[in-house]
Amino acid sequence: MTAASGGDPRPGLGISSPRKFVQRRGASLIAAALLAVAAVALPKPAAAQTVTSDPPASFTLGNGLQVVVIPDRRTPVVTQMIWYKVGSADETPGKSGLAHFLEHLMFKGTANHPAGEFTQTVLRIGGNENAFTSTDYTGYFQRVPRDQLGVMMGFEADRMTGLILKDENVLPERDVVLEEFNMRVANNPDARLTEQIMAALYLNHPYGRPVIGWHQEIEKLGREDALAFYKRFYAPNNATLVIAGDVDAKDVRPMAEKIYGAIPPQPSIAPRRIRPQEPTPAGPRTVTLADPRVEQNAIRRYYLVPSAVTAAAGESAALDVLAQLMGNGANSYLYRALVIDHPLAVSAGASYQGTAVDDTYFMVAATPKPGVEFSQIEQVIDGVVADIEANAVRAEDLERVKTQLIAEAIYAQDNQATLARWYGAALTVGLSVEDIRAWPDRIRAVTSDQVRAAAQKWLTKNRSVTGYLIKDTTAKLQEKRS
Amino acid sequence: MRMFAPRALRIGLVAAASFVAAALSTSSSFAAAKIQRLVSPGGIEAWFVPDATVPLIAMEYAFGGGASQDPADKSGLGHMVANLLDEGSADLDSKTYHERLDRRAIELSFNATRDYFRGSLRMLKEHRTEAFDLLRTALTKPRFEANDIERVRAQLLSTLRRESTNPNSIAGRKFLELAFGDHPYGRQASGTLASIPTIAAADLRSYAGHVLARDTLKIAVVGDIDAASLGVLLDQTFGGLPAKAELVAVPDVVAAKPPQRVFVALDVPQTTVTFGGPGIKRADPDFMAGYVVNHILGGGTLSSRLYHEVREKRGLAYSVYEALLWMEHSALFIGSTGTRADRAADTVAAIDQEIRRIAEQGPTQQELDEAKSYLKGSQMLALDTSSKLASALLQYQLDNLPIDYIEKRNAIVDAVTLDDAKRAAKRLWANGLLTVVVGRAAQAAAEPVSTPPRAN
Repeated sequence: MTAASGGDPRPGLGISSPRKFVQRRGASLIAAALLAVAAVALPKPAAAQTVTSDPPASFTLGNGLQVVVIPDRRTPVVTQMIWYKVGSADETPGKSGLAHFLEHLMFKGTANHPAGEFTQTVLRIGGNENAFTSTDYTGYFQRVPRDQLGVMMGFEADRMTGLILKDENVLPERDVVLEEFNMRVANNPDARLTEQIMAALYLNHPYGRPVIGWHQEIEKLGREDALAFYKRFYAPNNATLVIAGDVDAKDVRPMAEKIYGAIPPQPSIAPRRIRPQEPTPAGPRTVTLADPRVEQNAIRRYYLVPSAVTAAAGESAALDVLAQLMGNGANSYLYRALVIDHPLAVSAGASYQGTAVDDTYFMVAATPKPGVEFSQIEQVIDGVVADIEANAVRAEDLERVKTQLIAEAIYAQDNQATLARWYGAALTVGLSVEDIRAWPDRIRAVTSDQVRAAAQKWLTKNRSVTGYLIKDTTAKLQEKRS
Repeated sequence: MRMFAPRALRIGLVAAASFVAAALSTSSSFAAAKIQRLVSPGGIEAWFVPDATVPLIAMEYAFGGGASQDPADKSGLGHMVANLLDEGSADLDSKTYHERLDRRAIELSFNATRDYFRGSLRMLKEHRTEAFDLLRTALTKPRFEANDIERVRAQLLSTLRRESTNPNSIAGRKFLELAFGDHPYGRQASGTLASIPTIAAADLRSYAGHVLARDTLKIAVVGDIDAASLGVLLDQTFGGLPAKAELVAVPDVVAAKPPQRVFVALDVPQTTVTFGGPGIKRADPDFMAGYVVNHILGGGTLSSRLYHEVREKRGLAYSVYEALLWMEHSALFIGSTGTRADRAADTVAAIDQEIRRIAEQGPTQQELDEAKSYLKGSQMLALDTSSKLASALLQYQLDNLPIDYIEKRNAIVDAVTLDDAKRAAKRLWANGLLTVVVGRAAQAAAEPVSTPPRAN
């Protein structure tokens, strides 16, 4: 058993890779950021790797729709993913949860294709489909036999502008979303702590709002809200189309032009998203979430740090390396310090979520053993951070974590859906295909000094919120029944 | 237990449930026509698909036994072994062992399920020698050192404490108890807060010594390696294991007869409803008919009857699903959903009604045709990565299916008639449900047990 996560640190919901922990077999945590697909060469001592996959092709239609094609010839299957550059952080205050609610409502049919027809078509051909919402994007995908790509494009293009909503569909779906809230958040003390930490971490930026929304706002969302949001944000110039699988870019292009090319752009959508930014953090904050059902305490600390989009050159890759070094696996510094050397905790980990439009967070987490005080854990965490700030990273440690990170890029090529998610997420937050492809090189180039500098600059207490999950042992409160 | 993981229907990838034996359609994937039955020079057999597209190798393998070999008072023993095998072996202590893995980005893990002790190994091809050698020592020379045992014990207990107030975990455990009583299947593979503290190093050694043996071993490998090299690695890795496992016989068992209902009080906003009953075993002639009709009732898509009735029409739940689960010595159907406490009774009633309706009337011809169409087409999607393909090839072996099953499967699906589907529906659902409700007490407690539909 290697390092396990400290609770469920997922900030949002349905976030396929970035801004969420990716859980690998054995519950070890990896900070999956931007991983490349092609021309990956492992650093020494590993031998050079030749990757046989073709590089992805990218082009933009006249109406502004960006298209990326990622070949994977092994199986005659294709994945279509459309990513809208709109997420919970783009909602109007007071309407939290709207991006996610609309995602659900996008399955309710259009004038051309009444509710259920799209889904039935996908199922008849043995395909699957789903959708997801994050702080920065909303995505929809289908995986189907390759000869069905045109049909899928037709449906997806149709619902980019043709959605029809009726109260008879909207209102039961709102109940569904409220049950989703109950399942993900209300029933889950770890998730409730995450809500509190994020709200405390972001004083001004909308990342502080839960992706699923606040309960009292979700229950007031309606048809008009959803339609207005849809008309405002769903347009070809605000979307990225990722096609991964057994296809050729030269075939995809004319299809995309024919099927998506006719949809008019929305000139009112700004090319860049401008949101309220965080002030310079002025002091450490703490949050305690007490719940009668907590049988295992947990501690998590979030630091406000730059994303791959907002960071200076090399900084985001250094944060990736730092997270891996501190908190991924049995040899990570936190795991060794807290779980092995001084067994104060049963698990410890760290992660960095680089794929975000605005400043993101670096998280450390630990699960204390019974009877261990949080202060004892924090002392060790502080010691690990201080040690990194003061000393050069051991060469073999640096090499090891770089190898692991870069290997992820090769493992990822085994899974077309994973690749499609990486490209879609990265492009949607404002990175380029070149950024993604150069990621292994950037990881390889990270120096010990850069790691140390990143820790010194960003892992400072003033930038942090520390959250404690504890058992509520006070008399039972009358909880509002949702 | 995987089957109780909540299924997020609109979030992330809706993958085929892990216990569902999936196949791909004829000549449709990178696996097609390339599955080899490889026998190593030392006699170790593996199903093998060479594929050099990506420079990695994925191996899935299983030994017989699994959690069913845990002594009654030491449930979780196999699970604990699985969590300790990568904590040091031969002359490598835990730290060194993990360093060897991490330095080469080798992914190695073990897992005890009800019937099998399973393992996964994934590596970049250039590190194959080191990867297989680390696996060899883990399987044949585990150290089980005291400090490692205590660390892992603390981790397992932490997880169990967490689960002790999680409605899904409680419902899952309670359901297995209800279905299987004192049979080993009624126990939890991950153990209990009472059992884990009693497991000693001698128990771990004994389990590994009895279970990890060549005669029950099944292996599947997909990736960038040639058959001759793989054969050598398999011999080196598994050749040193004992020839024969010493397993405790596990009796066949039929799950408890529905209807029965259990209510567990827990103060949570959302009530968990887990339901099920006796299923159809994998070797049963009605298996595929049951599989198809189960897909119509509650399969993992956005169009099953339960999805439509419980979620789409009534907005009672976010997630509702139902699946067949087959084991070496029994079979179940099992489903789960989560709903507001004050609507739990409505939700149970809606599910009961759908179960009764399909048991009495079966599916329509159109539903049957659409389900068959989906099941045939979906197979190649389920096998599009090396790891997924290796898992499927292992599952076919565990299910005693022929190596050309992939090519035969669509014909087997096609052969299911409406009468077959109706017969299977009656077998599965005519008696109603075993239901476990975990949540606030306002509702379910006072409710009568549901009446079974008439089976005639």
